Formats: sequence, C-alpha cells, structure tokens
Amino acid sequence: MVEETNRRERNSLIDRSRVFEFRSEPPPREELVNTDTGVILYLENITVSFDGFRALDDLTLYIETGELRCLIGPNGAGKTTLMDVITGKTRPDQGTAFYGQRVDLLRLSEPEIATLGIGRKFQKPTVFENHTVFQNLELAMAADKRVWPTLVRGLSGEERDRIDETLTLIGLIDTVGGLAGALSHGQKQWLEIGMLLMQNPLVLLVDEPVAGMTQPETEATAELLNRLAGDHSVVVVEHDMEFVRSIARKVTVLHEGSVLAEGPFEAVQADARVREVYLGA
Amino acid sequence: MLSRRLLDHEAGGIALLVVVVLLSVVVPIANLWVPESSAFHISTFTVTLLGKYLCYALLALALDLVWGYCGILSLGHGAFFALGGYAMGMYLMRQIGSRGVYGDPELPDFMVFLNWDSLPWYWYGFDQFWFAAIMVMLVPGLLAFVFGWLAFRSRVSGVYLSIMTQAMTYALMLAFFRNEMGFGGNNGLTDFKDILGQSLQADGTRVALFVASALALGFGYLFCRYVVTSKLGNVVTAVRDAEARTRFIGYRVERYQVWVFTVSAVLAGIAGALYVPQVGIINPSEFQPLNSIELVVWVALGGRATLYGAALGAVVVNYAKTTLTAAMPEVWLFALGAIFVLVTVALPKGIAGVWAQYRSRRASSG
Repeated sequence: MVEETNRRERNSLIDRSRVFEFRSEPPPREELVNTDTGVILYLENITVSFDGFRALDDLTLYIETGELRCLIGPNGAGKTTLMDVITGKTRPDQGTAFYGQRVDLLRLSEPEIATLGIGRKFQKPTVFENHTVFQNLELAMAADKRVWPTLVRGLSGEERDRIDETLTLIGLIDTVGGLAGALSHGQKQWLEIGMLLMQNPLVLLVDEPVAGMTQPETEATAELLNRLAGDHSVVVVEHDMEFVRSIARKVTVLHEGSVLAEGPFEAVQADARVREVYLGA
Repeated sequence: MLSRRLLDHEAGGIALLVVVVLLSVVVPIANLWVPESSAFHISTFTVTLLGKYLCYALLALALDLVWGYCGILSLGHGAFFALGGYAMGMYLMRQIGSRGVYGDPELPDFMVFLNWDSLPWYWYGFDQFWFAAIMVMLVPGLLAFVFGWLAFRSRVSGVYLSIMTQAMTYALMLAFFRNEMGFGGNNGLTDFKDILGQSLQADGTRVALFVASALALGFGYLFCRYVVTSKLGNVVTAVRDAEARTRFIGYRVERYQVWVFTVSAVLAGIAGALYVPQVGIINPSEFQPLNSIELVVWVALGGRATLYGAALGAVVVNYAKTTLTAAMPEVWLFALGAIFVLVTVALPKGIAGVWAQYRSRRASSG
C-alpha cells in the first residue's frame, strides 16, 4: 500500500504537467475515493477503549458500494462508537479505517470527512430549529464552505432546483418556508436525511431513523432508505426488528464491540449465537 | 435588491436609520444655527452626550453580532472599545505638539514627567491621522483574531470563554495602569487640543464628531444586517443553535467564530475611537470588567439577535445612567442589577421581543 503510494507520487513528479499538483486545488473526490474493488469503507481491527472498557474490540467490517446495510446489536454493542470512528469524532486506539482505497479517515477532521461525502444522521434528530426548512437544506448543501465565499455568494437557480428536488424526495415541499422547529418528530428525521443528501454523500450513516415514528411514518422512511441505496451506500443502525426486516438486504450483528454474525436477515435470525445474545430466544 | 434584503420586515431597523438620519440633520442645525435663546436650541453639552450614546449603540451592535447571533458571550468587549479609543487618543496626544505643559515638541507631557528622552517605537506613526485610523481597527482586530484563534481552535466555549474574555480585559487594565507601558498610566491620555487641525473645543468640531458617530452607527447597522442576512449569517446562527451539527455538515466552526469575533472587535474599536475625542479622555478604567458587563445588560435589555434592539438598549440604559447618577449616584449599581434581573425574568427577549409580540398579537386579532 505504502509502496503503491510512493510510486504514484514519483510518477507524478516525472510527469511535468503534474509537478505542482500538490500546490493547486485538491484532486476531485471521485479520484480520491477510489472504489474500483466495490468496497467503500474498510474498517480493520479497530479497537476503542474508554477507561479500560472496550467499546470496540478488534472489529473488522467492510461496506460495499451502493449497499444498504443494517447494524444491529444490544445496547453497548458499539454501534454508535463505530459511527463516531467513521466520522472522525473518536480516534481508535488501534486499527485502520479507509474510505475507498486511498482516504485514511483516521487522519481527517470531522468537516473534512463530511466534505468528502460521509454524511451522518444522529440518533436524536438535530436540525436547525430556528431556520426554515429551506435554509436547513441550503446550509447543508455541498458548496464552498469557507468563510468569505459564504459571506458574499448568493444562491444560483440550479442550486434552488436541487433544494426543491430534495424537498420533494423527503416529502417536505409543503413546509418549505416554515421553521424546522415546528416540524413533527418524523418530519425532522426526514429533514435531517435531506440535509445529508444535500451534501452529495457517497455514504449515509443513519442512526435509529424510525425511533419514535408512527407506523405510516416508519413505512415512508423504509421506502425512502430503499430508494437511496444504490446511488449511495447506506448504513442503518436500528433496534426495531420489524423495520430491519422490511429494509435489510444484509445485516451485521455487533456484540461486545465486534462482529458476531453477518448475512441476510433470515440467516442471521436463524443463527444460534445471535438468538442467544440478542433476539433473546 | 440588496436594500430589500437588508430592510424588509425590519420596522425596528428602519426606525433606527430614520432616527440616525434625522439626528444628523436636526442636531447640527439646532446647535449651530438656532440662537441660544430659542427653545429649539440644543446645547453643545447635549450634542456631546448624544454623540456618546451613539458610540455606545455602535458598541452594542458589535456585541449583539457575537452574542446574539453567534452565541459567544464575550464579557470583555469593553477591551476592544478601549483599544480603539487608545489608538485615537495617541493620535490626539501627538497633535498637542509643543502646546503641552512642558512644551516638548515631540513627547507627550507624561513622558517628559517620567524623564523619558525619546518616543517609544510604538508611538511612531500616530502623528498621522490615516495611520491612527488603521490602528483603530487593526489593534482590536488583531487581538480578537489571536485570542479567538487560540480559544475557538481548542473548542473553548460557553462560560469558560466568558471568563477568559473577562480575564483578558482585566489583564489589559492592569497593564495599562503601569506607567512603564507608555500609555500615561492611570491618568491615561487627556488634555487633547485638536483633531485634523480643528479645535476640539469648537462647536463645529463637536457637531462634526456627532454626525460622524451617527453615520458610523447607520453604516455599522447596515453592515451587520448584511452579515446576518447572508448565508454566513445563517451558518453563524446554526453554530449558535447546534454546533456539532454544523461541524458535521462540513463547516469549520472555529473559523466562523473567529471571523465574527474579529469583525465585532473592529466595530467596537471604531466606536471607541469616535468616543474618545468627544469625552476628551481615555484611561485604563475603560478596561474595567464592569464596563463589559454593563454592555451585556444593554444588549439583553434591548433584545438579543435583533441589532436595532441592542442599539436601543444602549441608549435607554445610558440615559437612565446619566439621569440616575446625577440624582442619586449611590443607587445606580443597584438599579443596573435590578434591570438585569428584571430582563432575565420578565423580558427574556428584551424590549424588541415585547414589541414583536405586540405586533404579532395585533396582526392576528386584526
């Protein structure tokens, strides 16, 4: 891996037109996040301890491009810690986390990871309650997020259209001018997913999307997540087994910080060890 | 297009601009051309007092920008005001020339008194107005930038940041009290003679300074409106409401905080620079923490995150202070404390909030 990188750097120095590459704009995201092998997240041998307690214990997990993966596991299994590691909030004690083949997530800050296309929805819906629904999406939109451009630039017609598209997708087009704080719990969850989409993410990390939702809302959410998979890789953490059954193509069961079982929902459900620790049978 | 963005649905802001324009037309006429015997005459004393209020209002705008919109409760904004004031004071000192008590053409009186034989290097350039004008903005801006960069990069926020800003202004006060600093020790800088060749005692100069303060307030307001109605303004309020979320959608929160903090410090510096020639003195007591806390009360009373409310609060509290300290000086601090308690308990959104509530109730009933 290191040799590979070194060789590429040497070649780029030989090629005269690329001599100053390291000074100019960073390469586009598509080039950085190389997913030729069909895998977008490589998490290998990750260990995180808090005061001696191992939240993640030598965990290895691969997420494929465009898949919809459900992460399940009892409380304290390390689901949220795993999301923290991927988004740069927590640094593991050991292990590697690569995004595509070239981007080392452990060396990037939270905003950098977000800009490169890993979006995260929190367990508790967090939208900007004092901003309108439209402004929430506008803020989240992929754009130059440095200070001065943000001060002087206006919104182009194209960007307006993109916001409208997303509003339609998440079913909030009728509440566009209202304050986000006035939305129902379910609507806030959708708005937050919409905010993730505005960032053009490649990976969506969605923490408990249907907690506290009514049955129709849960169904609408399942449909939405199913529609998003394919264009995006979607990782869903969820407790609601009925919901998991309705969306999952592949399920990973975490237990005490490492992977206990992985596979299609039925196979996992039939697994004796899984039944013992989690499904309680 | 831009004027609509800045002033649509902003009755309070429009009122502020109207008042500012009216004052800068009426006050010069009433002072300079209406005879003193007339009831419509405004004395030079009153002109200066009003000018002082306008400077405070600009300072309040600056604090509202960081506190109301970005959620950074600075308890040391008086320091930026004072630094702007000192930069202007240094220019005014150099203008005295050989008219000082000791008649030294180069050195201010206090330096002669301390037996200094030459001007310290950091006083160079202050004989030029343009240089002083740049320093008025640069010095507070630079301090805020460095302080903000260190604090926000380490994610210091909330009450810890407030305490640090308070410590900053206190440390500056102690430093400026020292004679060796070369800023006149506890006497500060005073005994100014003229500004840009015009005598500071002349009515015309006083009126010109008043108009300059009014214009600074007007343009300061428009500038702040431009900032808060831009996308940057939305980002900044997002930082205030949900900092972690803002970071996860890709904004470098600390850079936005540093930017707003620095811009606000520059505005405070300008306010201080306009204040000093009108009151005729700048000394280390301007750095005292109490001043910065009073400033917070102005903004809280007027209404946070409204801009015009902050300006209104500054004028109301200072008018009360002028009246009360003249009538019952020992009561003032209690009154100030009472205002703060009252606002926190009864008017969490300040005067501007009451006004907005009244308007929305009328709109819904009528």
